[in-house]
Amino acid sequence: MALTQETTLARLQDHFADAILSHDAPYGFLTIEIPADRNLDVIGFLKNEADLAFGYMTDLCAVHMPNQPGREIAVVYHMHSLTNNVRLRLKCWIPEANPEIASATPLFAAANWMERETYDFFGVRFQGHPNLKRILNVDEMEMFPLLKQYPLEDSSREDKDDRFFGR
Amino acid sequence: MAEQSIYGEENIDQEVKQYNTLNLGPTHPATHGVFQNVLQMDGEIIMSSEPTIGYIHRAFEKLAEHRPFYQVTPITDRLNYCSSPINNMGWHMTVEKLLGVQTPKKVDYMRIVVMELSRIADHIVCNTVIGVDTGALTGFTYLFQERERIYDIFEEMCGARLTTNIGRIGGFEREFSAKAVQMIRDFIAGFPKRFDEFEGLLLRNRIFMDRVINVGPITGERALEYSFSGPNLRAAGVDYDVRVMNPYCSYNDFDFTIPIGTNGDTYDRFCVRQAEIRESLKIIETALNNMPDGKHMADCPEFYLPAKKDVYTSMEALIWHFKIVMGEVDLPKGEVYHAVEGGNGELGFYLISDGGRTPYRLHFRRPCFIYYQAYPEMIKGSMLSDAILTMSSMNVIAGELDA
Amino acid sequence: MVEAPAGVEGQGFFATSLDTVIGLARANSIWPLPFATSCCGIEFMATMGSNYDLSRFGSERLSFSPRQADLLMVMGTIAKKMAPVLKHVYEQMAEPRWVISVGACASSGGIFDTYSVLQGIDRIIPVDVYVPGCPPRPEQIIDGVMKIQELVKSESLRRRNQPEYKALLASYGIE
Repeated sequence: MALTQETTLARLQDHFADAILSHDAPYGFLTIEIPADRNLDVIGFLKNEADLAFGYMTDLCAVHMPNQPGREIAVVYHMHSLTNNVRLRLKCWIPEANPEIASATPLFAAANWMERETYDFFGVRFQGHPNLKRILNVDEMEMFPLLKQYPLEDSSREDKDDRFFGR
Repeated sequence: MAEQSIYGEENIDQEVKQYNTLNLGPTHPATHGVFQNVLQMDGEIIMSSEPTIGYIHRAFEKLAEHRPFYQVTPITDRLNYCSSPINNMGWHMTVEKLLGVQTPKKVDYMRIVVMELSRIADHIVCNTVIGVDTGALTGFTYLFQERERIYDIFEEMCGARLTTNIGRIGGFEREFSAKAVQMIRDFIAGFPKRFDEFEGLLLRNRIFMDRVINVGPITGERALEYSFSGPNLRAAGVDYDVRVMNPYCSYNDFDFTIPIGTNGDTYDRFCVRQAEIRESLKIIETALNNMPDGKHMADCPEFYLPAKKDVYTSMEALIWHFKIVMGEVDLPKGEVYHAVEGGNGELGFYLISDGGRTPYRLHFRRPCFIYYQAYPEMIKGSMLSDAILTMSSMNVIAGELDA
Repeated sequence: MVEAPAGVEGQGFFATSLDTVIGLARANSIWPLPFATSCCGIEFMATMGSNYDLSRFGSERLSFSPRQADLLMVMGTIAKKMAPVLKHVYEQMAEPRWVISVGACASSGGIFDTYSVLQGIDRIIPVDVYVPGCPPRPEQIIDGVMKIQELVKSESLRRRNQPEYKALLASYGIE
């Protein structure tokens, strides 16, 4: 029988009874929340099990939701099983005060730069990453720009008067 | 016995190998875009390299959080700017997925024509530039004339050549005019002959083949580890194409083959793109011939800008236009991921909306960024000129790399 | 027909001022350095192609080395990470040198009013001609180059020693 999102969820629930914190399927896309310290277990299981074969990491990014104390930053993994044509999304919530999570680079080489980008934008520190430094912004930047508390524009610019720009 | 050299050193029979550090970029004639590679060279052979990117980081994701949905479209233009319409269509499809808007078949077919034309334009840039990097400038001059014809078609459709900002959420602003359809048909009729001319210059050219075969190879398994997609992955032998795996926009009505290579080297990437251009031409012709009747937009008046003639004459249409563009219409809450097959691979849009006028979070899954990580591995052990060819055959577009 | 500059003409000779002759020669053989970063760079590639053909104006030989270039064409967005590189390239150019800023991003930051984009290259180097557009059509780029040609024709040979020019460069911190 071909693998579907429901059977994938069932397999994960069988194996990781305590690690599936919640699951949902917004717009038909299976989204599973897992604890941040079990991320490598779940991703490794998905990748290595012969019938699941989620061997393609589509995307790795983060979302900042400052109105949830203790769970501000979500690290989101999009996985794809090419042979079975099933996609799923894993979310791990970590606190902004201590944004650390294990790096997925041992499992997927593609995670390398995607984690560096997430670090650059959100400050998420990936434990075990071979080269965690900024990738897109200047190395001397001190803030993590995509966090909601930082503005879009450069605060030191003096040529644009906010009165004329409706801000 | 320790000999004394004329310079007064001892133990001159011990050889200490030092590598030469060479800085390639960020401004360099052959890197098509701004990215830097610091190479450790042993003579002409590259031992290791460290890429640095971010020289054109324009903060698209942060910018998108402050722009209503129609104002995000010009930003998506500038991702892979060689094929802007694909980015625009992908973004509009993502928003339609969020809103639950079903587009009529006619819109889908029109979108396919536009997307395949821009895919041809993108692959033309890549393949001619591979030729330029081997020293063959003629192909570039010949095929860029064809690209001008594609620009003329885009200009007839939407007014802009390169960064098109084409389409609407729900469809298009107007039907394809008779002139545009005629231009597309002329293009389909005239392009194959000139394309064959270009191919005849390079494909079985002894010098070109010697320069690009076995240059920058990558195996299919390694490419999957690095989450390659698009022509680079297909050249490595994996037939993953988002249009076939997760069909969107009525692509499943069309019958096209996915060309794949064997070695994943530069020659395979070149050939895969050549074949894809031919497939795209067939798709455009089929779409034009089978264009269904219907409206050129879906029924979503809250997000589809009203027709311009109404905007200029009716007050209500003017107000609606203003509201939609300025983002006074709220969106449903939700999170959606939609992927399209861009010129370089799976271009994904991860959109989270919290019900406000702008996206709460918009993340672009940029194929260039993800597969460029493999570049140091692909050029290790090759020579400097081969590294340049590998980079140009991977079609690294700086806008998509840095976003 | 192009008119000859003002001068004294006779059998087998034409006398005019040195400035004019050198200005003519320079204007019709500008070697540009295409500093192409993003989308405007693709429009530049179209300008160099056979349809619009910038080489008609003497710019056949693109120089990627600043030491051998006359005109720095900055095409595309300059991020703050790239700004020191751009300044370094400009400083390496030998006099006489001109700068053309192609596109909205190079002229003023364009649509990218963000923390990472330099809001116009004239914050770090002096600019002679601005070509607006996003991206500008090849005809506009050629128009910009023609304006540079006007500047080159009419420029004094002693420009680099003039106090205004020195003050301009000093204001950018360039020696």
